[in-house]
Amino acid sequence: MPRRTMIEAIRDAMDVMMARDANVVVFGEDVGYFGGVFRATQGLQAKYGQSRCFDAPINESGIIGTAIGMAAYGLRPCVEIQFADYMYPGYDQIVSEAARLRYRSNGDFTCPLVVRMPTGGGISGGQTHSQSPEALFTHVAGLKTVVPSSPRDAKGLLIAAIEDPDPVIFLEPKRLYNGPFDGHYDRPVTPWSKHELAEVPDGHYTIQLGKAAIRREGTALTVLAYGTMVHVAMAAADETGVDAEVIDLRTLVPLDLETIAVSVRKTGRCVIVHEATLTSGFGAELSALVQETCFYHLEAPIKRVTGWDTPYPHAQEWDYFPGPARLGRALLETMEQ
Amino acid sequence: MTEDAPLSLHVPEPAVRPGGTPDFSSVRIPKAGSVARPAVDADPESIRDLAYSIIRVLNRDGEAVGPWAGLLNDSELLDGLRHMMTLRAFDARMLMAQRQGKTSFYMQHMGEEAVSCAFRKALAPGDMNFPTYRQAGLLIADGYPLVDMMNQIYSNERDPLKGRQMPVLYSSRKNGFFSVSGNLATQYIQAVGWAMASAIKNDTRIAAGWIGDGSTAESDFHAALVFASTYKAPVVLNIVNNQWAISTFQGIARGGSGTFAARGLGFGIPALRVDGNDYLAVYAVARWATERARRNLGPTLIEHVTYRVGAHSTSDDPAAYRPKAESDAWPLGDPVIRLKKHLIVRGAWSEDRHRQAEAEILDTVIAAQKEAEQHGTLHAGGQPSVRDMFEGVYAQMPQHLRRQRHEVGV
Repeated sequence: MPRRTMIEAIRDAMDVMMARDANVVVFGEDVGYFGGVFRATQGLQAKYGQSRCFDAPINESGIIGTAIGMAAYGLRPCVEIQFADYMYPGYDQIVSEAARLRYRSNGDFTCPLVVRMPTGGGISGGQTHSQSPEALFTHVAGLKTVVPSSPRDAKGLLIAAIEDPDPVIFLEPKRLYNGPFDGHYDRPVTPWSKHELAEVPDGHYTIQLGKAAIRREGTALTVLAYGTMVHVAMAAADETGVDAEVIDLRTLVPLDLETIAVSVRKTGRCVIVHEATLTSGFGAELSALVQETCFYHLEAPIKRVTGWDTPYPHAQEWDYFPGPARLGRALLETMEQ
Repeated sequence: MTEDAPLSLHVPEPAVRPGGTPDFSSVRIPKAGSVARPAVDADPESIRDLAYSIIRVLNRDGEAVGPWAGLLNDSELLDGLRHMMTLRAFDARMLMAQRQGKTSFYMQHMGEEAVSCAFRKALAPGDMNFPTYRQAGLLIADGYPLVDMMNQIYSNERDPLKGRQMPVLYSSRKNGFFSVSGNLATQYIQAVGWAMASAIKNDTRIAAGWIGDGSTAESDFHAALVFASTYKAPVVLNIVNNQWAISTFQGIARGGSGTFAARGLGFGIPALRVDGNDYLAVYAVARWATERARRNLGPTLIEHVTYRVGAHSTSDDPAAYRPKAESDAWPLGDPVIRLKKHLIVRGAWSEDRHRQAEAEILDTVIAAQKEAEQHGTLHAGGQPSVRDMFEGVYAQMPQHLRRQRHEVGV
């Protein structure tokens, strides 16, 4: 089976869907002729023509707003916001319009829209190219929020997102685009070509939204992670020797609470990790849900390991980033309780 | 130390405030029939003057004059009059219903009826409006049932939107009326996207966006003009300048610009100003713009110059921010009276027939209201179910919503 980077897998998903469905259109800043700043749409304009893959003015509200109009028309737009950090001018369109259109019109109009956004840090991007705003989407009724952690998942989830009848926020961990991130910034990175989860089937396949994956089975403790942090969690488990079960959530809304609950009831311990800031982060929601569903099975307090409540710094990036050392300490502390 | 004089902030003020004498002397009103009608494929640069004038057809004597006249026959004009009168009667009944506690909120169209009623007639089946909350004439002129509008206003058991949306924020794909969100300006850019989709699919449908004078200040107005201009989207972008954004006069949004229409010129979008109280002029301009869109010549910006005679909504009192007699002083008159006069001049109408029509229309509206009220009002009678609250958030209800619905016991 061919091995692909995450960028190649994402491009392949759009390619497959544009070939299958003439209603799929792709646009965004630098997306057309050039193929996107991360090259996710490279070659699509040449293959499918300018009216199906094109450059947009630098106006995120305009990109998402026009995409909503197109989706209501009957197209399936898959638009790119160059960095999740640039999403805010389009946030009103996402929250007030895309998310509510089906509900407020009683299904008279719908919004089958995918908004792709590179997310997360680890690329020296500073405050404006590193954010993880997933909680701003999971808090909004009517949206689905997806964060893949591997090329295989990225393609299957993106195809499922494009085929979904409702708006999907597709957050792509940019640190994972060109090579898996084994958790350590100061060691050589294994390329995707050496990674099992880079085996990406050709053609059309989907990974159902709302289904988590267990990346590492264990009995001592459950780690809830998504995106880049899945790889950090794998490293932390290996390096500490804690027999951790690592769950890759893949989709935050709808959430696979069943898989989480089964695991935590088994292990009795839960550590949640995300790169976004702590306060009101998605980890708070996860913590509440685990407490509500697994309270009598818990043998230790639920712990959260996250980015600090600061803007994403530039020079101190790896002090901000919740890497394997910090997560590893949390695993050991939780085991001691 | 600088020798410059201290700076001071400029905050525009309307010419007159409550207690003063209304003054519209600064509003330049060209004579009816005096503005040229260019070819629809005219170079936008050659028709920049249309953004600063006002296209008018009906003169003071009720005659249709000039190059924009002559598009509608007696029967079409009588339909237009009936639509505007229906909208006015509908508004009056629903305002009263709101005061009686039968609904939470209402927004009337008094003085602006011609804008939406006439514009609708320039569209074809399959075209899509992205309206604001003050374009119900688009529905009435397209034959949407009054009783369904009322069911929505009352949020009763027959509410097409299941009680989920505020009154007057209608939705009807079948009638080319996009779901009104209640946010401002967000849907202007969606109209452009809808029009782009039609072009992408090589269809023949066009779109119309709607915005008020106040909301042109929103960033999405700018976004819509950029995208419409860049992709030459088949869209008509309407600005309804009714002079007031709740209590804020139009000068706060307009700033130092001459007119709202002129905003289009920097984008190379042909921009027209039209007498929004003149049914014939609105229709003629709408036809010009829709033809441009349909011939793939691109977008048109239309500023409908009108006046909001009533309050913004049932939640404000205009006496607190503008002179009471201001609407009487508005120099473009009343759209219903002007079309009625024109029809009389044409020999197609009379004062007697008008009075009779008023009574018939009122009966029709009251009959619809009685029917709607049989199915409930906001706090009495038939209600949408609590179950409906949980439905339709997604195409398929996810587990977490199922759990929440279960918690409520529905």
